[in-house]
Amino acid sequence: MWVELVETPLFGVALTLVVYLLAQLLYKRVGSVWVNPVLVSIVIVILLLKASDIDYRSYARGGDLLLFLLGPSVVALAVPLYQRRAEIWQRKRPILIGIFAGSLASIVSASGLAWILGGSREVVLSLAPKSVTTPIAISIVERIGGVAPLTAALVVLTGCIGAVCGPEFCRLIGVTSPVATGLAVGTAAHGIGTARMFEVDRLSGAVAGLAIGLNGLMTTFLLPVLMVFTNL
Amino acid sequence: MVRGLTLLLLFQLCGEIISRSLDLPIPGNVMGMGLLLLGLMTNLVDVKWLEEAAEMLLSNLALFFVPAGVGVMVYGDLIAAEWLPICVATVLSTFVVMAVTGKLAQKLESPEHDDVG
Repeated sequence: MWVELVETPLFGVALTLVVYLLAQLLYKRVGSVWVNPVLVSIVIVILLLKASDIDYRSYARGGDLLLFLLGPSVVALAVPLYQRRAEIWQRKRPILIGIFAGSLASIVSASGLAWILGGSREVVLSLAPKSVTTPIAISIVERIGGVAPLTAALVVLTGCIGAVCGPEFCRLIGVTSPVATGLAVGTAAHGIGTARMFEVDRLSGAVAGLAIGLNGLMTTFLLPVLMVFTNL
Repeated sequence: MVRGLTLLLLFQLCGEIISRSLDLPIPGNVMGMGLLLLGLMTNLVDVKWLEEAAEMLLSNLALFFVPAGVGVMVYGDLIAAEWLPICVATVLSTFVVMAVTGKLAQKLESPEHDDVG
């Protein structure tokens, strides 16, 4: 019976929801950013699957149903953007320049650091689009010759780092404006960072959502140009 | 609620169709976000139709990333092979981007740079 049940979508959906709810309770109880619900849920689900020797494919039957909702959620980011359009339009210059600089900084610092530390060509290339939202990052990396699954993993890792420490790090370095904070976390940590920004402030969340799309666009066009210059 | 969700999915579908038929590097959902924004700005779509569904999805956005993150377990060996450059570059670079974008945007936002209004 158990073997059959594990193979149904019910298993993946129920497991994810239960773990996520518990992780949220823990987050509220502990009150520390280090127990970020997304990060904690991911780690617990992986550990549970490993411990009970359940294949990822069995989990994904249900997991993919939840993942599907990410699609309409990204479309829904247009709603807060529209609601705050006046505030955002007024700051179009800092927003565009900030995202452009972040996109450039992301490619150069991620690939540069990996190259200095002796990473292989595959790893250096796979790291380049790591701040971009998963579907765009995958299409970029396939074009430039990196390893798509590795990029997918690094994108999630980057998102978790940004979601866990983003708002706190911004405050630490003196970035206090809601627009600048949303831009910083959205540009660096795409959707996972944006999810955290929506908890902190609606305007920050709206701007972070804008940064997901614009950073994806800019990286798509910047990366091939940079590769010509660096002979990679 | 159902109306909002239907609209969101239809905009995603339009985005997918455009992105695939023109072979663009932009995924359908991001394209759908742009199209929906366009629809809202031109008053073709009333924001009231979408508010409830958008609120429901966006307030649970973090949940939908959990299955994506669990997918990382399949590539554990790939990361383990070159863990040092991967981890250092990923962590440091994330902070570099936040510092560059945050500092620059905040500086440009301040009144003395506000020449465009």
